[in-house]
Amino acid sequence: MTLVRLPDPDAGTIGRCAAIADDLARLIGRNSLIVDEEGRRAFETDALTAYRCLPMLVVLPRSTEDVAKVLKYCSDNGLKVIPRGAGTSLCGGALPAEDAVVLCISKMNLIIDVDYTNRTARVESGITNLAISGRVAEKGFFYAPDPSSQIACTLAGNLAMNSGGAHCLKYGVTTHNVLGVRMVLIDGTIVDIGGGHLEAPGYDLLSLVIGSEGQLGVITEATVRILKSAEGARPMMLGFSTPEAAGACVAAIIAAGILPVAIEYMDKPAIHVCEAFASAGYPLDVEALLIIEVEGSDTEIGTLLSRIAEIAHKFSPKTEQISSDADQSARIWAGRKAAFGAVGRISDYYCMDGTIPLGQLPRVLTRIGEICASYGLKVANIFHAGDGNLHPLILYDANKPEEAERAERAGADILTLCVEVGGCLTGEHGVGIEKRDLMGVQFTPTDLAVQMRIKSVFDPAWLLNPAKVFPLDARDGMAIATDTAAPRAA
Amino acid sequence: MTELLRPAAEWELQSMLAKLASRRQPVEVVGHGALRNAGRVTNTETAITTASMRGITLYEPTELVMSARAGTPLFEIEAELAARGQMLPFEPVDLGPTTGASAGALSIGGVFATNISGSRRIASGGARDHLLGVRAVNGRAELFKSGGRVMKNVTGLDVARGLTGSWGTLAILTEVTFKVVPLPETLVTLAFRNLPDDLAIEALTKAMGTPYEVSGAAHLPKGVAARLNQPRLKALGEAVTLLRLENFSGAVAYRKDKLAEALRVYGTPLELAAEESWALWSELRALSVMPYSRDTSLWRISTTPSKAPEIVAAIQKFMASEAYYDWSGGLIWLEVPAAADAGAADVRRAVAVRGGHATLIRAAPEVRASVDVFEPMKPEAERLTLGLKAAFDPLGLLNRGRMYANM
Repeated sequence: MTLVRLPDPDAGTIGRCAAIADDLARLIGRNSLIVDEEGRRAFETDALTAYRCLPMLVVLPRSTEDVAKVLKYCSDNGLKVIPRGAGTSLCGGALPAEDAVVLCISKMNLIIDVDYTNRTARVESGITNLAISGRVAEKGFFYAPDPSSQIACTLAGNLAMNSGGAHCLKYGVTTHNVLGVRMVLIDGTIVDIGGGHLEAPGYDLLSLVIGSEGQLGVITEATVRILKSAEGARPMMLGFSTPEAAGACVAAIIAAGILPVAIEYMDKPAIHVCEAFASAGYPLDVEALLIIEVEGSDTEIGTLLSRIAEIAHKFSPKTEQISSDADQSARIWAGRKAAFGAVGRISDYYCMDGTIPLGQLPRVLTRIGEICASYGLKVANIFHAGDGNLHPLILYDANKPEEAERAERAGADILTLCVEVGGCLTGEHGVGIEKRDLMGVQFTPTDLAVQMRIKSVFDPAWLLNPAKVFPLDARDGMAIATDTAAPRAA
Repeated sequence: MTELLRPAAEWELQSMLAKLASRRQPVEVVGHGALRNAGRVTNTETAITTASMRGITLYEPTELVMSARAGTPLFEIEAELAARGQMLPFEPVDLGPTTGASAGALSIGGVFATNISGSRRIASGGARDHLLGVRAVNGRAELFKSGGRVMKNVTGLDVARGLTGSWGTLAILTEVTFKVVPLPETLVTLAFRNLPDDLAIEALTKAMGTPYEVSGAAHLPKGVAARLNQPRLKALGEAVTLLRLENFSGAVAYRKDKLAEALRVYGTPLELAAEESWALWSELRALSVMPYSRDTSLWRISTTPSKAPEIVAAIQKFMASEAYYDWSGGLIWLEVPAAADAGAADVRRAVAVRGGHATLIRAAPEVRASVDVFEPMKPEAERLTLGLKAAFDPLGLLNRGRMYANM
């Protein structure tokens, strides 16, 4: 894939690489530095593997103070910094640059404190998402956001992308589950935002920082909410002959006042691939499959699932199956959670992440099929139906550059469609480099200027995670507008 | 005499702000006036109201989403939602009555601009958590949007949510889009009796650690409980510790027994059925237990739940005060005697050493002009705050001095 333009690296900076490495080694120790090419190679891409770039240097700080020293040094010397967690970004959010220092937070992965009374955990941000739940599971608690990459992805990355997951219909996304962060600004200033309580004082800086894709600072610690797990949970599967019926069924369930924990949608190609991978018992003769999970005691689960089944009957489901035991429940979810990997076994794919108003589902699915067909490509659709978050997987052959480019163009058309029907470019994966040049589809130049001025407040020289999120020319165009001393309003 | 500007459309608001900008004339931002006695005093010659920008512009019950112009009265929104069996998830608090302004004047724009949520926040999040998108005009007279109408949206910076709690100092909201939820089929309240504050908070935090999805966790010490209108609780003449459950009726019946069982060391609770419960929690939401008075000031303290009783006890060493604990202790409404500084020094010291922050909600205008109404900022946060103010409103036109004296 080659459609996204990246700025030319600065030869002068690259020429100073050895001296920079020596300086950084003096600041945080040689052991926290990766200089050799083989070591750096591990950081050249993220989960958007079509784009690769070997970084100049990689630092692995052990403490907030280390991070502050590194950032201050980079700021003083005009060096670009690429913050990185586990490198699972699907939008190129952690793609390095040749003249940049990658600051990888993964060595800072401790749980600092767990407070069950007040239902919070204080952790270093390099901890993996699943490790938080793993630690508090002994007392029956969990950390709610559950992106599919949760076994590998770091909380730092979740904070950067405001990650969601299958269960956020009930529990919300990252921004709803974080109470406070410790963040280092590009000049090395350490700032605490929020704390161990539900509301932070002053402006809602936490909202600006969460989901800012490494543009505003580097978060080193966070206080997250932990919740008591429900007594039990059980999924049911409903198969339909048309996407219309499945979409209408979801709307009817919500209209009836039922809010399941998750409502997942798979189309026929996705069902077949996932079933071949996980043997979950998915029906193979339906066009659309809903996996609906509810929580509570056994009796509550039984009542809710039968209410849902009753509603579903109005839409003539072709198949209906309630999970009979924990083993089947696990397999049903294993199939869904492994969907990306399962598709990856049969083809290279390009994973999209738009969100649409639910009512537009049938129209959008039809159009997605048409768009991909017009580029001569196949597509499998996986969808968080409860909240309208689509994941079309466009299948292509990565060994054919021309086909990869077609996949990229089809993806752009799909995301444009999502915006046209009232949705957005990205529901949970982030903008990164991937959707950077589509931002103008969703936002006016003024909308973008408002965001970019915020970026300038936190990172005046734009050294953090450069060439991501904002179109390159948008920034050129707002050079005057960022000068807050000379407003244009007058 | 204050000049009041009443734009009826976004373009009109823009042109009014552009004119004010050219004259460098600061302006107070108001809705229907519910919040005029809260916050710092602005002392401007001109005010601008969103009152003429009203109306629900989108409501999709099956997608749990609504959009409304900023000046739409909250009661109109709640009536429309109730007609379709839905509600706002966070029980917004109308500060009007407790601050001596009129009741029922809160606009939906004011709800999000102040981000003051009620009891349900402990379970389902606050106003900020349910805001999906905004349209707004900043101090540069620029119209912009952020977010949208879908639940999941991480496209660009979360400016919409970032504007919550900014009290109109960054931009004037013109339209807000937010998530709504179904009304519960039924609800019940368990009231534990006569617990001292520390045991009450222990019981509440324990309840929040159960899987029964408690949607309200409040404690009213004896003096505050006596102010309740709810006849059965009032008649007790003692402290009450309240836990709310809402769900389908079968689930509520099951959960209330399990919850009472889990908390049996705190006594046998009184039970309030659906109708009584609705009335009780509406009363709490309206802050009727913290009524307007010139003789007292009102603080709103946000802290870690288990620290709450200590904070209240520490303050009570210095002044007679009455507390109403919500959010299992995470929120304290604290009434103190009216004084030149509304007890700010003692309140803030007691909070600071235990973690949290305090906002002065009700006090005479001269008091709100002389003490910090919002928690004073640490230098690093202040730098960012001033930077944001300058980015949105470089001339400092919007609600100058409303939050902090220097901006």
